Amino acid sequence: MNLLGYFRSQRKRSAKVAKERLQILVARERAGAHTGGPDYLPALQEELLDVIRKYVEVDRDAVQIQLEKEGDYDILELNITLPDSHR
Amino acid sequence: MARIVVVTSGKGGVGKTTTSAALGTGLARAGHRTVVVDFDVGLRNLDLIMGCERRVVYDFVNVINQEATLNQAMIKDKRVDGLYILAASQTRDKDALTDEGVARVMEELARDFDYIVCDSPAGIERGAMMAMYHADEAIVVTNPEVSSVRDSDRVLGILSSKSRRAEEGREPVREHLLLTRYSPERVKQGDMLSVEDVREILGIDLLGVIPESKAVLNASNAGVPVILEEDTDAGQAYQDAVARFLGEDRPHRFLEAQKKGLFGRLFGS
Ligand SMILES: Nc1ncnc2c1ncn2[C@@H]1O[C@H](COP(=O)(O)OP(=O)(O)OP(=O)(O)O)[C@@H](O)[C@H]1O
Ligand SMILES: [Mg+2]
Repeated sequence: MNLLGYFRSQRKRSAKVAKERLQILVARERAGAHTGGPDYLPALQEELLDVIRKYVEVDRDAVQIQLEKEGDYDILELNITLPDSHR
Repeated sequence: MARIVVVTSGKGGVGKTTTSAALGTGLARAGHRTVVVDFDVGLRNLDLIMGCERRVVYDFVNVINQEATLNQAMIKDKRVDGLYILAASQTRDKDALTDEGVARVMEELARDFDYIVCDSPAGIERGAMMAMYHADEAIVVTNPEVSSVRDSDRVLGILSSKSRRAEEGREPVREHLLLTRYSPERVKQGDMLSVEDVREILGIDLLGVIPESKAVLNASNAGVPVILEEDTDAGQAYQDAVARFLGEDRPHRFLEAQKKGLFGRLFGS
């Protein structure tokens, strides 16, 4: 590793940050395109995930949101899967 | 029956026209009758990249408006047999590409050609939608960079929901990833998304990786599709990509950083 490379390695590699941001974004945009639910659902899912992560480490797919129509009502079904050790 | 191939990206300036010219030329050289159609109405460029700008008399919109026949408007390439170009018009009228008009031209071309390569404009406006609509296959040109990858994903969504194949419930459009302007050195340093990163995020088949190369600018200056510059890295990478498109199995090249001298190792970035 050269001198510049040494200093550069002190911060997080930008490509790694780019990949993580894209994975989240793409997943959110794909979900938005498929559910056809209100626009805020993906954001809601993100925020719920943030809140849960204050207490336990969970994967992105730990929070599942589903919107169902029943007569005049919209039912928001929320499934949160906790990791094994917390059962 | 012709295969219709759209070269698309969402994001502008990533290498669609460079790729359309290379793909069209490569397919024709492999013996397939091919026409490359410029859908970038108002900003035609394909003619320049293919070096036939001075021979454009009639364009795509003239054919749609029935002011000229296809035979009058198509330009026969002087270097490669069986290769034709249909130039975009310079009109500013965004609605010049009518649904019926484009459908009629595609149908007519399909009778006469093996491949119809559609060079899409940037964005997801009318011209881009029209270029995608009739596609059997899509080459999604992507740069290893966040906004390009995101736009490619949007375009993939459109192909799977708004294309003619999707509307008619037929087998979906075949999607290929072409990663261009790739810089193995920067990937190695951790400053650029790698092939694997992009493929993992987009989740489609990798057709090829075209390195960032001076040869592309040189070729466009001269009006020669870069695939004909056979001793250049980008030219060879495009040849591999076209061969893979035609079903050949070729290893990927130009993915590793070149070794640097001592000076480069000490001070290179
Ligand atoms: N592999 C490459 N290496 C270096 N430069 C490249 C490469 N591919 C494309 N370029 C350059 O990038 C610029 C844009 O290329 P091109 O016109 O093919 O993109 P485009 O996607 O068709 O753009 P637009 O969205 O405006 O139609 C040109 O200057 C071209 O020379
Ligand atoms: Mg272009």
